[in-house]
Amino acid sequence: MINFYDVRRRLGFAVLGASAISALTGLLLAAPAAATPTPSPGAATVNQAGTSFLTATAVHAGQPVHTPAFTGDYLYWSFTATPGQVTEISLSVTLPPADQRTGASTWAVEVFDGLRRRQACTAGAQTPTATADAAEVVLGCTLRRVRSWAEPWSGDPLPGIYYIRLSVVDLPEEDLGLPIEVDMLIGTIDGGTSEDDGDLKAPLMPPAKPGKVVTAADPTASDGPSPSPEAEVAASWATDWLPEFSARWVWTTIGGVLAAIAGVVGFSLTWRRRT
Amino acid sequence: MRATDIGGRSRISVAQQAFNEVVDALPDGTHLGIRVLGATYRGKDKAEGCKDTQQIVPVGPVDRDAAKAAIATLRPTGFTPVGLALRAAAEDLGTGPTTRRIVLITDGEDTCAPPDPCDVARELAAQGTHLVVDTLGLAPDEKVRRQLLCIAAATGGTYASAQTPEDLTGRIKQIVDRAKDTHAPTPTVVSGGEACAGAPLLSPGVYTDREQISEHRWYRVLVNDDEELRASVSIALDRPVNRDYGVLLRATAPDGRELVRGTDAGSGRTDVLSTGLRWSATEPNEDPDAQPSPAASDGPTAREVCLVVSNSFATPPGVAASPGMPFELTVDVVAASPAPNAPGLGRGWLLLLVLTVAGLVTGLMAGWLTRWWIATWRTK
Repeated sequence: MINFYDVRRRLGFAVLGASAISALTGLLLAAPAAATPTPSPGAATVNQAGTSFLTATAVHAGQPVHTPAFTGDYLYWSFTATPGQVTEISLSVTLPPADQRTGASTWAVEVFDGLRRRQACTAGAQTPTATADAAEVVLGCTLRRVRSWAEPWSGDPLPGIYYIRLSVVDLPEEDLGLPIEVDMLIGTIDGGTSEDDGDLKAPLMPPAKPGKVVTAADPTASDGPSPSPEAEVAASWATDWLPEFSARWVWTTIGGVLAAIAGVVGFSLTWRRRT
Repeated sequence: MRATDIGGRSRISVAQQAFNEVVDALPDGTHLGIRVLGATYRGKDKAEGCKDTQQIVPVGPVDRDAAKAAIATLRPTGFTPVGLALRAAAEDLGTGPTTRRIVLITDGEDTCAPPDPCDVARELAAQGTHLVVDTLGLAPDEKVRRQLLCIAAATGGTYASAQTPEDLTGRIKQIVDRAKDTHAPTPTVVSGGEACAGAPLLSPGVYTDREQISEHRWYRVLVNDDEELRASVSIALDRPVNRDYGVLLRATAPDGRELVRGTDAGSGRTDVLSTGLRWSATEPNEDPDAQPSPAASDGPTAREVCLVVSNSFATPPGVAASPGMPFELTVDVVAASPAPNAPGLGRGWLLLLVLTVAGLVTGLMAGWLTRWWIATWRTK
């Protein structure tokens, strides 16, 4: 079976070289403009951070965070992401006075998805090292574009909650417990229209309530008449080859209409010249 | 506490002032208790001095005047029975469904071990009541720092060294704020099985458990054919561990066949190591022993999925293996997101353009062909 998607990509580049190049330059121009997130006007500054996944402080894109803390604290924030979104996190830590410190320190910003799976940063200083006399250390992380659907076995970024953890990962033990100031800002870049098919039925929003241990499933309960696999297959066969209604149906239908009109126009052009 | 090294003032007076400010700033509805250690016994007898801890303000809604009056009378003496005070403070706080926080402020290391305060902290944390000890050191002393860091790590708390009165006040207020924010039900305590058969059956929610190094803990979850299992685990590093470590969360079928795994590894200083997984059935359940789902007996059948948490930590010699390291397990069962079938349909402006151009070219070709055909027909 031919993948229509790929075919139209290739045709598109062949037919429309010029417009592809202009779209590309548009992207190149857009990229540097979004390099540093800026606070959105009127956003209230958040003055705290959580200390664990469960107590992470929720922040929005464009909402500045400024909080005092101490070296060695693990600071957690959370934000939600939607399909197509590319998130940029920028952090700066004002270090304790250099005369109180004894050596260099390495800081890390780590991002986890709603299932607490580590997320890769595509750009940014994720684990910078501050020298013993540095006054500030700047961290950054740009995440991958959030997909609208991914296989359960994949680790692709999905819509839902994301956790940010800031910590110091390496330093002389004597330097723990000194006061620091942390500034954070989350920015989003629209990664363009989401071209993924499929959607996640439930975003990655972990339950926060305590669970309940079901002591055991009742073994005496008799199996109800469950539909046989064959019956299910028969019922779904008719709709199996026909994709569900989606935007693709509309696009393709409009395309067909346009092609028909263009065909008539093209046909009439050859005859109009004659008369 | 008599030493004068915080902004030229004695530690006890700075602590008293900070406490007064915090008591003033406490939101109504906060439950607060104050317990002192090494504050009354003035003798030299270690056995007596090491029993010296009293609850001067009982845990309850804040009575600001009573709390301040009690703080004002504090005078430091000789011994610091930190372990005993922690144990007593945990008793003061009692048990309940929410997180309890102890703020330990001291300027001297424990002089009364045994019990070692760090062992006491670990033992309290392992009791199942969700207890967090935040520590504040008032002296830049190596022994105090080591001890407080150990207590904080064992209970998932924090450590700060207060160098100025502002540091101290700011930090206590921060801890109080956090206590307010974390006033949420704590995860259910569960004890995982040694094998899938007979392991506890979990419903969606958050659980905590403990496992020793290289121990496996099993759980079971019921998942319908049209549902997706989501699970994540965070194992806390509550004791010194060797440099490199890892955690593994696997979902298996009851017969031991692996379905999916989530894994993460790391090295160096961290608080928790986490991983997660998603899984949904790709084919109808053909297991004859399948149990009908509890929701609808004639609906899709529920199959049992086993979850196993394991770790690859190692401890340096001399670090106690028991109790195990605490971990948090989150289980969720949601609607499955089936793979989108290959649509065979297109989308986007480029598609419209290609189709239009193709239509135009076809129209032109058809036009020319017709003209050519008519021309040849006419000449004939």
